[in-house]
Amino acid sequence: MLRAELAVALREFELRVELAVESGRGLAVVGPSGAGKSSLLRVLAGLLRPDAGRIECDGESWFDAAAGTDLPPERRRCGFVFQDYALFGQMSAWRNVAYGLGHLRRRERRGAALELLDRFGIAALAEARPAAISGGERQRLALARALGSRPRALLLDEPLAALDASTRGAATRELRRLTAAAGVPTVLVTHDFTEASLLAEEIAVLERGEIVQRGDAETLAARPVSAFVADLTGAVVLTGRALAGAGGGGTEVALDGGGTALTAEPAAPGPVAVGVHPWEIALEPAGAAAHGSARNRLAATVTSVTAVGGRVRVALDAGQPLVAEVTTASRDELGLRPGAEVVAVWKASATRVVPAPGAGLL
Amino acid sequence: MRGRGRRVGWFGLVLGLALALCLVFLTLPIAAIFLEAGPAELLSSLGSAQALEALWVSLLTTTIALAVILLVGTPAAYLLATRSFRGRAALVTLVELPLVVPPAVAGIGLLAAFGPAGLLGGAIEGAGVRLVFVTAGVVVALVFVASPFYLRQAQAAFEAVDPTWTAASRTLGAGEARTFARIAIPAAAPGLGAGAALAWGRALGEFGATLIFAGSLQGVTQTAPLAIVALFGTDFDAALALSAVLVAVAAALLATVKLLTRGRGPTEGAGLAPR
Repeated sequence: MLRAELAVALREFELRVELAVESGRGLAVVGPSGAGKSSLLRVLAGLLRPDAGRIECDGESWFDAAAGTDLPPERRRCGFVFQDYALFGQMSAWRNVAYGLGHLRRRERRGAALELLDRFGIAALAEARPAAISGGERQRLALARALGSRPRALLLDEPLAALDASTRGAATRELRRLTAAAGVPTVLVTHDFTEASLLAEEIAVLERGEIVQRGDAETLAARPVSAFVADLTGAVVLTGRALAGAGGGGTEVALDGGGTALTAEPAAPGPVAVGVHPWEIALEPAGAAAHGSARNRLAATVTSVTAVGGRVRVALDAGQPLVAEVTTASRDELGLRPGAEVVAVWKASATRVVPAPGAGLL
Repeated sequence: MRGRGRRVGWFGLVLGLALALCLVFLTLPIAAIFLEAGPAELLSSLGSAQALEALWVSLLTTTIALAVILLVGTPAAYLLATRSFRGRAALVTLVELPLVVPPAVAGIGLLAAFGPAGLLGGAIEGAGVRLVFVTAGVVVALVFVASPFYLRQAQAAFEAVDPTWTAASRTLGAGEARTFARIAIPAAAPGLGAGAALAWGRALGEFGATLIFAGSLQGVTQTAPLAIVALFGTDFDAALALSAVLVAVAAALLATVKLLTRGRGPTEGAGLAPR
């Protein structure tokens, strides 16, 4: 169990975080660049000294501002996987791993390092220098090194960021399996919500040093507390003003770029934002008669069309930017290409009300 | 080709001429040392007892001075490179001061500090140590003038070590000392080597401070540069031969520096992590 309650002044804001992660479980801290994610990991590892608070792991106090406790990083022994892996360039792969095996006798280290490399499927690279191996292999080497040092907690800084798209899927599954098997608390930080949802049971959203929402991926996607969180989960966020008296418990929102959106949720009149996920938005040809139950219809111009796997992401301009995700079949049927006029259609029940950007912030 | 190819203008000629002048002026005296006396003559002149003794004193004193510089300078440079504290910039400037102080002034300064009548003269004498007119005094002078060359280069080399490497080392259970020895020094090694070569070169050519502080006693404090001055009135060939040896050693040191800092900026140290 890793528990922390800490405050540290960063350049532009204060990082104030409270967290608790059980052994064998993972917490993903998600946020944009500069939200304080890496600083959080550095504080936990003992590489950055917080101004106040407490950190403890398995009942041992690592940091206690009041009691004056501050264990150095080598005594906290966190398995830290750095964003660029921080492999020692002048050492071969097995020596990198052996470096973390200080708890073993000198003559046992080589054998143990080779065994670890074998477990991570990179035994053939034992004598290779880090610069000579691929990104995916480097990630495995960094993990092998971190886990080999018998860490009390695992800290992963953007563990997949240095990988290209082709190896990321497999690496994600493997990482999840390995961190769960390590049996220690894992804290990882990432700017990618999907990655976070795949790698950890719980997600905490960090915005300017504060955790603004935490929960599992489904909860965050379904009930974002702010436009910021909604945007992070991949939802399209449209701003506008809630109008009074839509009736039926729903709300009618006059959108900032023109047009209106209906939501099934109540909202007080005034500035508001609505979130909708790209896969909830369907596209119809411009001028087609309204049909079906979808009550939100917004005329839009296609700005870009990008095929991703079997799906197509269509960026639209509807007064505000909008993204729809459609099938390749409907792309061909509608003749979607930049400049095409379409109508974006989605259900009121798929539309979530979120506080307007800036609301709730001082 | 007229009209298509660009003609070399007058300015290009000026540039070329300037470079040619530099080249001739800077290499001719060096070349002349070897042209003035043939290799055989050089070798036989080296047989002079004074020349041999001077070379021995130079080798001994520069080696000890370099050992002292590496031993104390490496951790000092690491501290300057990795910690930020108030007055750090001022400290760096102070450490670099001997670089710009004239060697004769350095000698006077050393006398004023460590000489028999100097600031610490009493304390040093009380400890039963003599520095003036003994070989140890030469070492003191050499360390004073040469260490800033090493400190500067070593600091740059340590600053170029990827800070995530040292952070990773700490999280892997290594304390600060082990991280310094096992990660920082190997990563900075090329820059440290270049700095050591520069410092050694400077020490080998040291003249003014040594002469004033330690004197020029044959076989005791008379280093090769001092012997050249002593010899050139009486035995020009021996002076030439000693000069030739110093040129060869200096060239070898320069080549070492170039080799170690290959592909890096002139002021940058070494040990940049691959990214």
